[in-house]
Amino acid sequence: MANLTDLTIAEAQAGLAQGEFSSKEITEAHITAIEAARDLNAFVTETPERALADAEASDKRRAGGDVGALDGLPIAIKDLFCTKGIQSTASSHMLEGFIPSYESTVSSKMVDAGMVMLGKTNLDEFAMGSSNETSYFGPVLNPWKRSSDDQSLVPGGSSGGSASAVAARLCLAATGTDTGGSIRQPASFCGIVGMKPTYGRCSRWGIVAFASSLDQAGPMTRTVRDAAIMLQSMVGFDPKDTTSSEMPVPDFQAMLGQDIKGLKIGIPSEYRVEGTDPEILALWDQGVKWLEDAGAEAVEVSLPRTKYALPAYYIIAPAEASSNLARYDGMRYGLRADGENLAEVYENTRAEGFGNEVRRRILMGTYVLSAGYYDAYYIKAQKVRKLIADEFSAAFETVDAILTPAVPSAAFAHGEKSDDLLGMYLNDVMTVPASLAGLPGISVPAGLSSDGLPLGLQLITKAFDEETLFRVADVLEQSAGFTARPGEKA
Amino acid sequence: MTEKNMIAGRTGDWEVVIGLEVHAQVISQAKLFSGAGTSFGAEPNEHVSLVDAAMPGMLPVINKVAIEQAVRTGLGIKAQINRFSVFDRKNYFYPDLPQGYQITQFGDPIVGAGEIIIDMKDGESRTVGITRIHLEQDAGKSIHDMDPSSTYVDLNRSGITLMEIVSDPDLRSADEAAAYLTKLRAILRYLGTCDGNMEQGSMRCDANVSVRKLGDELGTRCEIKNVNSIRFAAQAIEYEARRQIEVIEGGGTIAQQTRLFDANKGVTRSMRSKEEAHDYRYFPDPDLLPVNLSEEFVEEIRRTLPELPDDKKRRLVDKLGLSGYDADVLVAERATAEYFEAAAEGQDAKTVANWVTSDLFGYLNKEDLDIADSPVAAKQLGALVGLISDGTISGRIARDVFTEMCATSKDPAVVVEEKGLKQISDSGELEGIVDEAIAKGPAQVEQYKSGNEKIIGWFVGQVMQATKGEANPQMVNEILRKKLSE
Amino acid sequence: MSVDKSTVARIAQLARIKVPEEDLGALADELSKIIGWVEQLDEVDTEGVAPMASSAEGTVLRQRDDVVTDGDCREAVLSNAPKTTKGYFVVPKVIE
Ligand SMILES: [Mg+2]
Ligand SMILES: [Zn+2]
Repeated sequence: MANLTDLTIAEAQAGLAQGEFSSKEITEAHITAIEAARDLNAFVTETPERALADAEASDKRRAGGDVGALDGLPIAIKDLFCTKGIQSTASSHMLEGFIPSYESTVSSKMVDAGMVMLGKTNLDEFAMGSSNETSYFGPVLNPWKRSSDDQSLVPGGSSGGSASAVAARLCLAATGTDTGGSIRQPASFCGIVGMKPTYGRCSRWGIVAFASSLDQAGPMTRTVRDAAIMLQSMVGFDPKDTTSSEMPVPDFQAMLGQDIKGLKIGIPSEYRVEGTDPEILALWDQGVKWLEDAGAEAVEVSLPRTKYALPAYYIIAPAEASSNLARYDGMRYGLRADGENLAEVYENTRAEGFGNEVRRRILMGTYVLSAGYYDAYYIKAQKVRKLIADEFSAAFETVDAILTPAVPSAAFAHGEKSDDLLGMYLNDVMTVPASLAGLPGISVPAGLSSDGLPLGLQLITKAFDEETLFRVADVLEQSAGFTARPGEKA
Repeated sequence: MTEKNMIAGRTGDWEVVIGLEVHAQVISQAKLFSGAGTSFGAEPNEHVSLVDAAMPGMLPVINKVAIEQAVRTGLGIKAQINRFSVFDRKNYFYPDLPQGYQITQFGDPIVGAGEIIIDMKDGESRTVGITRIHLEQDAGKSIHDMDPSSTYVDLNRSGITLMEIVSDPDLRSADEAAAYLTKLRAILRYLGTCDGNMEQGSMRCDANVSVRKLGDELGTRCEIKNVNSIRFAAQAIEYEARRQIEVIEGGGTIAQQTRLFDANKGVTRSMRSKEEAHDYRYFPDPDLLPVNLSEEFVEEIRRTLPELPDDKKRRLVDKLGLSGYDADVLVAERATAEYFEAAAEGQDAKTVANWVTSDLFGYLNKEDLDIADSPVAAKQLGALVGLISDGTISGRIARDVFTEMCATSKDPAVVVEEKGLKQISDSGELEGIVDEAIAKGPAQVEQYKSGNEKIIGWFVGQVMQATKGEANPQMVNEILRKKLSE
Repeated sequence: MSVDKSTVARIAQLARIKVPEEDLGALADELSKIIGWVEQLDEVDTEGVAPMASSAEGTVLRQRDDVVTDGDCREAVLSNAPKTTKGYFVVPKVIE
């Protein structure tokens, strides 16, 4: 029998169905793995007892012949999702010890589908970061290391705990959330599949808000098929979220294993961003070849405002965040610091409760919304956002999907970019445009750098066309044949 | 002499310029963005959902009825309904504002310009412009006096739907402001969009007051916050206007500030909290999409609008022949108007109006009752008037019957029957009694014949005495005149 | 536009975050750097472009029926509060 922590979701489902192993066995294997890998700091909260109870309940259901789509599968949840009765922190001191009385819609759907809850994964504080170094609960380690040195590397962010846990085989899959690349970028850094669906596919209800007009949950898995399986149990209209979509949900797995003959794949030259690792550009060219070899037609497309996506994002996201995070005031839940009077309690609570990056973004957001600057920054950014969305729409009149790199570099070392604010922000340069436009995107591990680190390629399709996204991603995955694992020196 | 609506100062007459912002609680079962209830008088934090408490990850979903009510109100004041409107966040910190922002409408409100006609005591009417109406969330309640060192917060009101109804600076006196509030409240009650109950806080008023010499530019205004009765609003405005005049005439200048009305002392005073620069950082709420209303939706609401006070008044005057004064009194409250119309059905409207405005109101005032609690039902009052009209009882007897009806809630016919109050309208019987009276007073007959027509009252008195007041006075008069002229 | 220390102090006050005096300079530099960088948006001609506030734009705002479906969950509402009494949140004294 294969190592139970190496299984894909699809394999685990098959094994459970055939009685090769029980949910309890596969869950125990993962609990052991989590305990053994605590140095990764991938989890804020481990819930082994809950996991075992879930597993036993699942095994009982299975004996009764009544199983859900994720039944018995040990999965981890990003600690940005509120989970009933389990501490939900957003990796912030502000919410340390906060125990929701409610379950986010997405995790609740997964619970209903029978998942086994392994715990809550670490993230950048309030999902603000690209390296998972801003967590109040400490940085997460990438299970991968460079072949040339032994430095600890960042897993990317903000869903770094999820990415690290999936890559290190601590869970079969994990949820992430993506505001400007927070699923796709860490997926690329950790050599896994990270998928952000169309804005509105997943309900945002019960997910700690970062930037409401951009936030979207998605699956982080080791295969494209697993992403399709997991996404199926995450999506769907939710009357509690006015921005959640009523579009019919297709069968995502049905698109896998189909050919892509005749599909047009857009290649936007604007993604040859200055400073991008040449190895990544080479991998991108390789990706184009793979898709052409599979019968698709590569088409040059122009997305001229791509370079403005990142600055627009760094106005819009902090603006929304500055308002979304106003509720953390020490009055009704979470941290309350001491102070002589109300004003001091507010200011001390928010000074103690928020880390540097969160503080910086709240101040930035407050600034761009403040009197006299609103039009110059916020409205300007939204107009640019509109132009970027329109460019994508125009491109998708001629192409079925767009292929780009997922990130401009491979995973970097801890502390390597801490002092370079804008350099850190550049991590999201490839992922942010699709976020601004609300489009689905997926990062598929496609190769290794010369230093032995995973690199991802990104596919983007038009809104609510996850079917094409999975169809092409599947072919890309097959072509790349990425089988490398962390911890194996090349 | 001081002109009407002007306040005399040492340096001349001053004009007061007033604009009112009324926060009216929309009548609905549930809150604006959550499914928690709105009923008054719940235990602290009972009508609070996780959304109202702004727990992490909670999202607003708008209540359909809030939108309908705002549109209905807009149509009721003949306002522009904006088919496109946007919910914005107004960002500020306060312990009873859980989200750290209020969801409101800033740039694109649901209702644009409209108007309200106010009726002054002297019978004059004026049109006051409405700038806009927008929808927004109420805040919770901070209680400062339950503990010396802490404030207690109850979020029951947090998220309740308010309409903020903003007037143009068209009002020129405390009386006009009171008339405006009275009329606005009546319209809201007719529409069923707000119960107008100021004591329970479902209607609150902010007054922007400034003074100027006639023809001058607008003066610097002060905003008096959260006044909770019409009388207090008038008092606060009057005080504030005189205060400003005194400051300016004393060589000072008015500082733009927020003031509170102290109802006990009858004065306004500056809020003590330091006047920090407000910067609300409004921006469209990214959790909500813009509101788009179809023309059919608006028209459907227009079709179901009730008759409003101005139209009803016009009808009572034009069709039923009431005086403007009576009509004003009757339409001022929807409940009164409905009572009157039910009572007047099939009866002489003017007589019914008299009975409602004098006898019924007199009784209700004395007993401190609402018209809804009147012991005499509208149909019963109508029936009483009917008994007068058909001669069954006299107007004088009717007053006794009414008194009995107030005490027992019995039908007038039953009271008349039980007490034997039917008047004598049998002409044969009355002629005999009249003959007896004439026979008793030959001297009075002479006086009558020599032109003293008033003496007829003596004969009527005799007849009434003989019949214990039950004779039909009209018939008695007729028979007397006929017989005395023979 | 560059952000100075007094501006940082003002927005920190608006955001109710205490920023120690000694942090103001560094924050002003950082924000100036970010602001200077986002100002490259000025190169984009946005004349006549409608601002895009949401990716869900173009869909209609869904509305709820006016039915009481929530509330009456005081325990859940208060359970994470730093201080409560008699069903109220207790907060530092607010001086009007
Ligand atoms: Mg106001
Ligand atoms: Zn208001």
